[in-house]
Amino acid sequence: MKVQLVKLAHARSGDKGDTANVGLIALRDEIYPLLVREVTAARVRQHFKGICLGEVERFELPNLGALNFLLHESLGGGGTLSLMTDAQGKTFSTALLRMEIEISDDEAQVAGV
Amino acid sequence: MKEKLRIAAGQGFWGDLPDAPVQQVEGGPIDYLMLDYLAEVTMSIMQKQRSRDPRAGYAKDFVPLMKQILPACVERNIRVTANAGGVNVKGCADAVSEVARELGLSGKVRIGIVTGDDIMPNLDELLSRGIELRNMDTGEPLSTVRDRIQSANVYLGAAPMVEALDRGAQIVITGRATDTGLTLAPLMHEFRWAANDWNKIAAGTIAGHIIECGAQCSGGNCQYEWRSIPSLATVGFPIVEAAPDGTFVITKHERTGGWVIIPSVKEQLVYEMGDPREYITPDCVADFTTVNLEYEGRDRVRVYGIEGRPATDTFKVSISYSAGYKAVGTLVYSWPDAYDKARAADRILRARLDRMGLKFDQILTEFVGASATHGPLAGQPSPDLPEVQLRVGVRSEDRAAVERFTREIAPLVLTGPPGVTGFAGGRPKVEEIVAYWPALIPKAEISTAVDVVVV
Repeated sequence: MKVQLVKLAHARSGDKGDTANVGLIALRDEIYPLLVREVTAARVRQHFKGICLGEVERFELPNLGALNFLLHESLGGGGTLSLMTDAQGKTFSTALLRMEIEISDDEAQVAGV
Repeated sequence: MKEKLRIAAGQGFWGDLPDAPVQQVEGGPIDYLMLDYLAEVTMSIMQKQRSRDPRAGYAKDFVPLMKQILPACVERNIRVTANAGGVNVKGCADAVSEVARELGLSGKVRIGIVTGDDIMPNLDELLSRGIELRNMDTGEPLSTVRDRIQSANVYLGAAPMVEALDRGAQIVITGRATDTGLTLAPLMHEFRWAANDWNKIAAGTIAGHIIECGAQCSGGNCQYEWRSIPSLATVGFPIVEAAPDGTFVITKHERTGGWVIIPSVKEQLVYEMGDPREYITPDCVADFTTVNLEYEGRDRVRVYGIEGRPATDTFKVSISYSAGYKAVGTLVYSWPDAYDKARAADRILRARLDRMGLKFDQILTEFVGASATHGPLAGQPSPDLPEVQLRVGVRSEDRAAVERFTREIAPLVLTGPPGVTGFAGGRPKVEEIVAYWPALIPKAEISTAVDVVVV
């Protein structure tokens, strides 16, 4: 079944120059392996097509049940150069939570959705 | 040695809740108050202020704040670390000294003054010796923007602040020092941590990272169960309660709003994170994959297990330079067909700008209410949207072109699609862009100075 990330995780995002960072945090420990398997750098890049113009890097933080993504070339030049409403990438967090991932019925039960 | 040290965060940025530091001092026991005033662009604003007035160039709000809290700080021996000095640390210290004297605290307050972060006067000399200060993001050498530079400051670490505290400073004022150093320095001073005790230095650094954005770890901007967060109107700012072994608890004063829970601390931990194994500060390289969290009671999250590695041999430099001009104009279109009308207005505006032959480096159109934050991810806007704000921004090296753009927004009301309002603010303002240039410099090139003066 398809599940939207907003049901499985919370997130916070910020900026470093023209790069947005999105920290994606599993709502429960059991959910983290599903995020690791499904929310790959390639899939995040596809999700942000037309928004993120550069590469996407992914880092794992199993201790926090979290993944950190760096979305390069995403902020219209970044900082004061950017003309965007969200020049600091603050809403990239919720934009990622729109993504849908595919999990089995058993996994959905374990994840509590 | 104290068994427990309580360090309270009072400001997450210059312009944060004005009463937060007062609440931290009055709301319960603390040993230190740390105040972070400097964002990346702040230094250039302060540089401009100082060029107009040699006594200006620091976070002015800090002075009336000290007037308000200094008597209580002296009475209860609460010490303050603040990067309020901006580009005029001595000027800031002078103003605080004057306030202390007015309060009748002469002879009772020592102020530590940390300088050496400002490398603006040495820039040409550094460049001439082949220190290129290349942009960490683009790789370009600084010489390409040399004539447009407005400020250049090194991010100093905890070391000079520790020295000031060791020499008895009650208030430590710095220029461009790292946010994390403001928390780490009191820990190193009180617990006598060696500068190469990397795990402890990393622990103090991560403690600093968690509280440096103020309430953003105690319920503010918290996505987790946001409807359930208690009383954000009276949100409590965070406090680090640290032990000599490098473990600490994130908490807040009793009878304040917000919450300190594991999810709120996790959200702040991942904020502005790069490679979690390589959180580089002047003091160490901290490893966020070693952070462990557990509950220790209501609004108390215990943090332990943190590991760190040796510091690098470079400082980060924050350089600001003029990068042209920008302006943003907005109009609001109403139902029916709000989105289509806003789009039509944008086409008309662009056609007019084209006809005038104005040169812009960038024109960006956003439709607030339809797609400004999530872009194409928001899906096709409903034809029934009650309203959409058209938001058009332009950027150019040519000030006149940006100025001309600002005159084209309001006329759309009488010469464009119907059902439009929201122009009462008048013409958009032309803004000078001060851009940020991050670079690295060998630590050996920087000499810091610490003065401790008795008021």
